[in-house]
Amino acid sequence: MTPPSTIAPKLAPKLAPKSGQSLHRFANPGRFLRLSGAVLPWIAVPGALLTVIGLAWGLFLSPADWQQGDAVRIIYVHVPSAWLASGGYLALAVCSVLSLVWRHPLADLAAAEIGPVGAAFTALCLATGSLWGKPMWGTWWVWDARLTSVLVLFFLYLGHIALVRAFDDPTRGYRAGAILALVGVVNLPIIKFSVDWWNTLHQPSSFSLTAAPTLHVDMLWPLLIAALGYSLLFGAIVLTRTRAAVMERRLRGLLMARANAADANPYAAVGDDA
Amino acid sequence: MTHLPFIVTAYGLGVLIPLGFALDAFRRVRTARRRLAAIDPRLQGRARR
Repeated sequence: MTPPSTIAPKLAPKLAPKSGQSLHRFANPGRFLRLSGAVLPWIAVPGALLTVIGLAWGLFLSPADWQQGDAVRIIYVHVPSAWLASGGYLALAVCSVLSLVWRHPLADLAAAEIGPVGAAFTALCLATGSLWGKPMWGTWWVWDARLTSVLVLFFLYLGHIALVRAFDDPTRGYRAGAILALVGVVNLPIIKFSVDWWNTLHQPSSFSLTAAPTLHVDMLWPLLIAALGYSLLFGAIVLTRTRAAVMERRLRGLLMARANAADANPYAAVGDDA
Repeated sequence: MTHLPFIVTAYGLGVLIPLGFALDAFRRVRTARRRLAAIDPRLQGRARR
């Protein structure tokens, strides 16, 4: 009779959902490195160019606000970083679903690499918000619903970074991090709708899917270009970090195989040295 | 230009943070690739051919 351990691997691909099967085609490290290496220049270079164009346009060519003066130029850094703070967390949550449901090995690595980049963009959002708030509101910080929920997002990122690295067995760290990331998703609609649900000092959103933007077109274009540039840069940084993580994992595997071989036959190593 | 120190600090952070992460990521890839090339038998076999 065939033992169950040999049946399971044969049945697993047939039982797995179709979307999971197609996703696993990209779990091959060699294929991922080839594909990501081809895609990377096409997102990194336009990302850098668009960011520079958007920021220069916002800094030198866009008009000052009649009420805020030139401090309005801070939004060309603040708003894209705020979008990416939430967008990055959403990407982290998607990777966590892929990891928990389909056990996709690359999703674990990508989630671990999104964490620090997302945390940095959230910190950038909070810092530039404070830099705008001091001259406009007269204070660096208020415990307003929008600001507080973004601070909670920053702590969620920090928690994910710490949890993923807290275990000797990386798989357990990835699982714990994925669960935390999914629990934290509840904070995303709170961030988005905080300015509508509560009476906040932070102004309501200038963008909506159902209405025209309230920003003047001379400010809208540099903002959208900077946002697109930052988004591509974010993707390029995460992709490069994931490539590095894939190579580092292969490196660790080879070094462990070598160490195990040396433990199994210590005289071979002595012979080599001699 | 009004509020210049706030604007310069915000733009400085907006450039330096992504730049720092990008440089660190490229350094990690380069180091991993170099170390892998030194010990990976598949890469060494390809290099010999």
